Amino acid sequence: MGKVDFLKDFRDKEKILAISKLIKKEIDRPINVMEVCGGHTHTIMKYGLKQLLPQEIDFIHGPGCPVCIMPKERIDHGIVLCQDEKNILVTLGDMIRVPGSESSLAKERSKGKNVKMVYSPLDVLKIAQENPNKKVIYFAIGFETTTPMTASVIEKVLESKMKNVFFHINHVLVPPPIKAIMESKEAKIDAFIGPSHVSVITGAKIYKDIVDSYKTPVVVAGFEPVDVMESILRIVRQFKEGRREVEIQYTRAVTWEGNVKAQNLIKKYFEVRDEFRWRGIGDIPFSALKIKEEFSFLDAEVVFKDILPNKPIDDHKLCICGDILKGIAKPYDCKVFGKACKPENPLGSCMVSSEGACAAYYKYGNLEVYKQ
Amino acid sequence: MCLSIPSRVEEIFPDETAIVDTMGVKRKVSLHLLPEPVDVGDYVLIHVGYAITKMNEEDALESLKIYEEIVKHLEEESGE
Repeated sequence: MGKVDFLKDFRDKEKILAISKLIKKEIDRPINVMEVCGGHTHTIMKYGLKQLLPQEIDFIHGPGCPVCIMPKERIDHGIVLCQDEKNILVTLGDMIRVPGSESSLAKERSKGKNVKMVYSPLDVLKIAQENPNKKVIYFAIGFETTTPMTASVIEKVLESKMKNVFFHINHVLVPPPIKAIMESKEAKIDAFIGPSHVSVITGAKIYKDIVDSYKTPVVVAGFEPVDVMESILRIVRQFKEGRREVEIQYTRAVTWEGNVKAQNLIKKYFEVRDEFRWRGIGDIPFSALKIKEEFSFLDAEVVFKDILPNKPIDDHKLCICGDILKGIAKPYDCKVFGKACKPENPLGSCMVSSEGACAAYYKYGNLEVYKQ
Repeated sequence: MCLSIPSRVEEIFPDETAIVDTMGVKRKVSLHLLPEPVDVGDYVLIHVGYAITKMNEEDALESLKIYEEIVKHLEEESGE
């Protein structure tokens, strides 16, 4: 068995062009495809896949970026928590740059507040061990893909009897916003490509309900350009053959059932919230997780309840991130896109996050093609 | 957040951690979420410092074979 050269083989121009030809040959109707995840938006923009596809295929960008959908009031929680010099706030990736109501975690860090950005939640344990006199608060973000890592850290904290680690949980779920978007009937979506790494954990089974309810094919797709192109071909074929199914394109790592060990770990420590406010979209019932009551001594929202503000805050009035996340607008529809709102000085979260639709459009351009 | 490149397991430790090689970069990751045991030489998918699944190398090769066939089929058809 030879070693697979993943990068070379899954970005191979010839393969992409071959699939592109097949799609052009087989398509028999216009199809609006929502790519739920910002990772796919980036693949589509970076490799210019839209240009390789027939005009009948249009992409609608979905709400699948954990940074983009974080409401300002939750960021304000993080900002409040890092004010006390006995606390260390730890979080992942772009989260620190997202504007809250008046500041961002990055701005607080530059003022000397103790905010740490890590590449793995594993580092939370190390930081807590090195700082036994501080309260380490993990500001947890992400969809189903990153939730089991937080559960794993919780388990390790309990096993090692550490007393100085707390969790501010902002873990959100993929199917509820898809349902909310379909129920609102504002966006015209015929099919979805689902993020593969969510389904590595949850399995492809989480989309069965969506296909049954809305008759929209869902193909769970990998993030390489060949993966995305093959997934579009699969969607085209479903329409051609009159099928509406959940299909797994990314069989390299995704199964119908998913990673059951990770799912059980999530069930052990988390339960579904009645409601969670999504930036730009609003309240979506049962769309996020929180720590189970029996572990509330670890829950920063319980432990620091008295100091955390709890009023909803509106987005910048010129920013249309909400409409972009709902699939009813595209970045170039926004008056401030690329002008007042740029990656170095973002007004809205779709520009902050490297996974945001606005950041992808800004970085990879080709706007003339997309305006057609 | 979603970038995950398959990594080869290089060394496994008793505390559910391992050293993996991702495109030549070596790093320590957690194996805590893996439902199945892994051996040195296996491919795993890493997300934020955790192995989340073993990569099925046969499956990967199988999809590559399908792509090869698509290319071949089109070449024959168009006489390129």
